[in-house]
Amino acid sequence: MTSTSLTKTIFGRLTWESFPIHEPILLGTFIVVAVLGLAIVGLITRYRLWGYLWKEWFTSVDHKKIGIMYIVLGIIMLLRGFSDAIMMRLQQAMAFGANEGYLNAHHYDQIFTAHGTIMIFFVAIPLVVGLVNFVMPLQIGARDVAFPFLNNLSFWLTVAGAVLCMISLFVGEFARTGWLSYAPLAELAYSPDTGVDYYLWSLQIAGVGTTLSAINMVATIIKMRAPGMSMMKMPVFCWTALCSNVLAIAIFPALTAAFFLLLLDRYAGTNFFTNELGGAPMMYWNMVWIWGHPEVYVLVLPAFGIYSEITATFSGKPLFGYSSMVYATVVITILSYLVWLHHFFTMGAGPSVNSFFGIATMVISIPTGAKIFNWLFTMYRGDIRFDLPMQWVVAFMLTFTVGGMTGVLLAIPPADFVLHNSLFLVAHFHNTIIGGVVFGLFAGMVYWFPKAFGFKLDEFWGKVAFWGWVIGYWVAWTPIYIVGLMGTTRRVHHFDDPSIQPYFIVAGIGALIILVGILGFVMSIVMGIVKRKQLADTTGDPWNGRTLEWSTSSPPPAYNFAFTPVIHDLDAWYDMKSRGYERPAGGFRPVHMPRNTGAGVILSALALAMGFGMVWYMWWLAALSFAGLLVVAIAHTFNYNRDYFIPAEEVATIESGRSELLAAGA
Amino acid sequence: MSDAITETAAAAPVWHVTEEHAHEHGGSGPTILGFWIYLMSDALIFASLFAMFGVVSTSFAGGPQPRDIFDLPLVALNTAFLLASSITFGAAIPHIEQGRVGPTRAWLAITGLLGAAFVGIELYEFAHLFAEGATPQRSAFLSAFYTLVGTHGAHVTVGLIWITVMLVQVGQRGLIPENRRRLMCLSMFWHFLDIIWIGVFTFVYLFGVIR
Repeated sequence: MTSTSLTKTIFGRLTWESFPIHEPILLGTFIVVAVLGLAIVGLITRYRLWGYLWKEWFTSVDHKKIGIMYIVLGIIMLLRGFSDAIMMRLQQAMAFGANEGYLNAHHYDQIFTAHGTIMIFFVAIPLVVGLVNFVMPLQIGARDVAFPFLNNLSFWLTVAGAVLCMISLFVGEFARTGWLSYAPLAELAYSPDTGVDYYLWSLQIAGVGTTLSAINMVATIIKMRAPGMSMMKMPVFCWTALCSNVLAIAIFPALTAAFFLLLLDRYAGTNFFTNELGGAPMMYWNMVWIWGHPEVYVLVLPAFGIYSEITATFSGKPLFGYSSMVYATVVITILSYLVWLHHFFTMGAGPSVNSFFGIATMVISIPTGAKIFNWLFTMYRGDIRFDLPMQWVVAFMLTFTVGGMTGVLLAIPPADFVLHNSLFLVAHFHNTIIGGVVFGLFAGMVYWFPKAFGFKLDEFWGKVAFWGWVIGYWVAWTPIYIVGLMGTTRRVHHFDDPSIQPYFIVAGIGALIILVGILGFVMSIVMGIVKRKQLADTTGDPWNGRTLEWSTSSPPPAYNFAFTPVIHDLDAWYDMKSRGYERPAGGFRPVHMPRNTGAGVILSALALAMGFGMVWYMWWLAALSFAGLLVVAIAHTFNYNRDYFIPAEEVATIESGRSELLAAGA
Repeated sequence: MSDAITETAAAAPVWHVTEEHAHEHGGSGPTILGFWIYLMSDALIFASLFAMFGVVSTSFAGGPQPRDIFDLPLVALNTAFLLASSITFGAAIPHIEQGRVGPTRAWLAITGLLGAAFVGIELYEFAHLFAEGATPQRSAFLSAFYTLVGTHGAHVTVGLIWITVMLVQVGQRGLIPENRRRLMCLSMFWHFLDIIWIGVFTFVYLFGVIR
């Protein structure tokens, strides 16, 4: 064997040229990331926190900790995805006429692909899953989810996907094919480098995690509700979580299959989506959008749930039209599965097919509109407190409604023929995702933060975050709506017509205002930690809440509830408070809990290694890690010792500690 | 228990369950439901592959057609093996429920052998097709054929590994509740693959040859 063929066997197609040392922007980013990363690793080592992190967090099967880790992942990836956004806005504000901007087209294409991919898969999904993970079991009076180990594994698989996606920044390249990597562009013939492979493997690995997590959440909601909590006594957030996760289970297989077939095309030379030998590229579009359209509802339904909880709490009233809210959620879930073709009316499926999908799309606005009215009627004659979470709700209602209306515009096939692939479309979905999902996630994080950590976020910086995002959104996206309506297409690196430059400059300013909002949010956490004594919540119920999570201490004990609660009414905690509920002072029993395990981390690390090996054609690495996956997974099933009991004395100590805290507060 | 709650609720509300249920002992808990949901998601992966096959099932690109390459008697024999393996798994179920380790393992082993015969014949069929030049790269139809049938075969292979693991675990610990639960999931998995195969046999092989 010659030395070149040996190198090829070991490193596959990885060579020195794969490292972007000639790209000053990437090199600079790498240095910053490396320095920050080393600093964090150094600090953790310095304060001997590795053991603590491993035992208390990484291997934890506690749904609350896993939820928090999901949210940390989402926030870190938000910073990455947003820096991509800023770079795009800067490029598009500059690159007119003779000015080519500061990014070449090759790099720019990677940035918009990475931005979309990261924002959906590694920001929105982790944040939504994190909130559901943290809140839902508390709301239904459960001690953990149905499959605690699976929950840990799901999280780490998502991390493995995110890490693989991030590696592409410094080793090789990311895809240049747009966030859904349409075939045939994503085929080997047109995208021969590692980009699309990074994309596919990273999302396949994360997708397994998301699917498993969805199965877990559905089983939890169906099987683990506290006695007395019938489906129609379940908090709306749990309903939306249920529908969202049922939907995720229904759609992720289509994405997995589409990616699997594209991988086969790229690795085995099959002809599913190629232009040759009978391939059907539009089939990829169909499968990907059967996932893609419902996916936005997977994200926005839990956000609707968050708005519902917050509106009821801060209006001091039960939610108006609870059952219509539930039915609207279910109807949206079903309809969202029947509209995917509106993403490519221009495919030419014919007037009858296009009309069906156009009308189905418009019909979704009816249950969604019903929800908006329900929230408005909840506020009507309510005793409204405009704390930060409620402010986010109001901003959502104003912003999202506009996004919904432009959506109905786009649902009309002839209009879509004009607006397809335009910046109007890009503005529309940012309007709904920022105005609907992101605002909801911020509302949820501000609302449940004291439950998770025992103190509120800093109010001033929270307001900075709020106004930064709301004003920034409108300044950034109104001009994009306008130029889009005038016909500007998306994913453009350079413009010839100088008359539209002012719009892009304004949009760039808007992005900077959003940056202020993001920094404000980070600051509200930092200042919250600094002022945690002042902002402490000793009651466990800082907002005068209505649902069960507020009956626990902040943060809740590992076992959530010393005794499983019995539910008599919707708004269970409000019912308990108004009917003279008293905390049990004695008679505690040992609590049965799942044991921590490192198997999830190990399996995900192996999945990451396998993905990396496949991307770079290091077949030995891929094969070894795959074998490792099998061995570890099987070995894990030989561990029958998966639970333990928290002794009654320990429960009694924790509960009496809380009683003292409550007495001191009162 | 819910009756007890409503009765007492009228007088003074009961806020807590004081007697914990031993949810970990016996009973299926959420596992069977969770596994059902997993199977449904897997069924959707197969649905996508079937849809893909349906779209390109006549995209032969001048290459071989079903009539030229499918050996129906062989596939019928293979189908018989897989269906028989479902029956033998069914035969294990009463023994699992009554806690008889020996017959359980025997029926599991027979099921595994039938499954292995199925996978073996499928590999033989693929090798034969390769030799004739009908490779997955040849046309979209063949790509979809190998992927759909192969994905099913890969599932059966996973089932075989699972059966082997269960043979060991039942041997080590007997039919304890955890193992019973696992066997129930395995049984669902195995029958599920049977159902998928009936779809494959009908839509890929029979319809393919009729066309």
